[in-house]
Amino acid sequence: MTAHIQPRKRHAHRSFGDQLINVITYIVYAFFTFVCLYPFYYLIINSISANNLSERGKVIFWPLEIHFTNYKNLSTIPGLTDAALMSVLRTVVGTVMTVLIAAFLGYMFTRQTLWKRKFWYRFVAITMYFNAGIIPWYLAMKTIGLTNNFWGYIFPTVVQPFYIILCKTYCESVPQALQDAAEIDGAGTLRIFFRIMLPVIKPILATIAIFAAVNQWNAFQDTLLLMRDKRLYTLQYVLYQYITQASSIKISSSTTTTDIAGALATAATATSIRMTVTVVVVIPVMMIYPFFQRFFTKGIMIGAVKG
Amino acid sequence: MEREWKRARRLGPKQRRSYMEFLYILPFILLVAAMSYFPLYGWRYAFHDYEPPFPITPENFVGLKWFNYIISKPARVRDVLRVLRNTFAMSGISLLFSWFPMIFAVFLNEIKCRPYRKFVQTATTLPNFISWVLVFSIAFNVFSSTGAVNTVLMDLGLIQEPIAFLKSSEHVWFRMWLWLTWKNAGWAAIMYLAAISGIDEQMIEAAKVDGATRMQIIWRITIPSILPTFFVIVMLNIASFLNNGMEQYYVFQNNFNKEYIEVLDLYVYNIAHQGTGNYPLSTAISMLKSIVSIGLLAGANGLSKLIRGESFI
Repeated sequence: MTAHIQPRKRHAHRSFGDQLINVITYIVYAFFTFVCLYPFYYLIINSISANNLSERGKVIFWPLEIHFTNYKNLSTIPGLTDAALMSVLRTVVGTVMTVLIAAFLGYMFTRQTLWKRKFWYRFVAITMYFNAGIIPWYLAMKTIGLTNNFWGYIFPTVVQPFYIILCKTYCESVPQALQDAAEIDGAGTLRIFFRIMLPVIKPILATIAIFAAVNQWNAFQDTLLLMRDKRLYTLQYVLYQYITQASSIKISSSTTTTDIAGALATAATATSIRMTVTVVVVIPVMMIYPFFQRFFTKGIMIGAVKG
Repeated sequence: MEREWKRARRLGPKQRRSYMEFLYILPFILLVAAMSYFPLYGWRYAFHDYEPPFPITPENFVGLKWFNYIISKPARVRDVLRVLRNTFAMSGISLLFSWFPMIFAVFLNEIKCRPYRKFVQTATTLPNFISWVLVFSIAFNVFSSTGAVNTVLMDLGLIQEPIAFLKSSEHVWFRMWLWLTWKNAGWAAIMYLAAISGIDEQMIEAAKVDGATRMQIIWRITIPSILPTFFVIVMLNIASFLNNGMEQYYVFQNNFNKEYIEVLDLYVYNIAHQGTGNYPLSTAISMLKSIVSIGLLAGANGLSKLIRGESFI
């Protein structure tokens, strides 16, 4: 997409209009970029600035009186550590299962020998286009026993028709000869899947893994609907609680210092907790973000191909 | 039937394999049935006087009572109309501005400095990958009375009192659209960028030789080339006109903006979870919504077939 080199760029006459478009474009996009990045920067500098300053909105451009007490005290915030573990656990389990199921079903739906292949494929794919609504869904989950149950995070999301279609499309592009050769050597369906197809379709699985992981990490609605048990709360959910019920957080102030100004600067406030936790929840996404960026176009474009 | 049965009895290796393979996928078929199809069975709650701890029985079957209830009580009618108005307003604004990501992509492509373009793209795509809770947290921190926006405006002397951006009933629809765009526009632009990169370079070179200006190239070549993509996006928007989702509106809702922020999806949640909680009414409304949505999807798909000769489902 970027390989095009304008051959006569240097001595082409650039009109005034062209230059004007250039300048305006650069400025407008600088503005968009700023709007998208500054909020993250703002949260980070506030979470490491003196808490009494950040609470009064004094930290705008750069951090003031840098300290990391907020991060050191994270473990004293009630419920946060458990929620972090829960978020990590559901992300890992959910991602692994989603990817494996997408790969397996994607592969199986390419097997011409599969009994009623077309029917079952449609049976799965069509679920993309309807849903019963949250209350019937909730009541169904309750009947099955997935409320207040860790698997309530996993089972409803692991069979994703969209990912299955991606895998199916990818499997179809793998030469049939590869499978045929294995079959002649006596390999069964499962053996072909694990030994041959799984390694071959890795690129698409990487794309799916990233999207599945981000979705699991960001999920909020399922906790809201299904979980009452505090031990099952995720980071997204407790963060929402910290924001809406800021006054109810019991701040265990670990003031070991006698210096009053110092204590004020590091004592946890509702604002400091809110900002620090937000940064903690954002960081994992921002960390893996540069690595998965190259998968974007691939993911979105293959998605455009119909199954 | 008879013939099939006979064939099944003397299973050759091929048939056996065929059924074995079905057995492998059976657990997942059952999972799909339980997670996606079984909830549809819950639509029966809309026809009963159901209150959570008690099961539904033939005795509390009430027929279409809850459907009539929606249109019989004036207060409820007003409520439903208000929610429909909000839904139509928010989806309408999104639909009206659905050209924005396209134009965003077109001019982003005009930036010839590659590192800068990459940087802009990376930065503007980032918000798509954070949750609505995080978006709300950011909104809360940046727009609170001591947040960055109010502080800067006060320091510049533009305002005397901090503005309560989030606790306000003004421009709720437009603000929600702005947050939605902040989160999604960069991501939505990627598809257009990919479509632009597929344009034949020779066509643009030829236009340049003929003396076309940059705006002419954009207007006559770039935009017409990506219009099919735009068309598909618009059709998808129409198909999901009633499905705004509830997460965004749930996290942003408060007593000040509730009047304007309640869309259908949120309303369905709220009537089931506020006060005593009316499950049957909620189910009845989401049932109607689902049926209309299926109709919209079929309609948009039909329109797509008619105009482009291609369906998108």
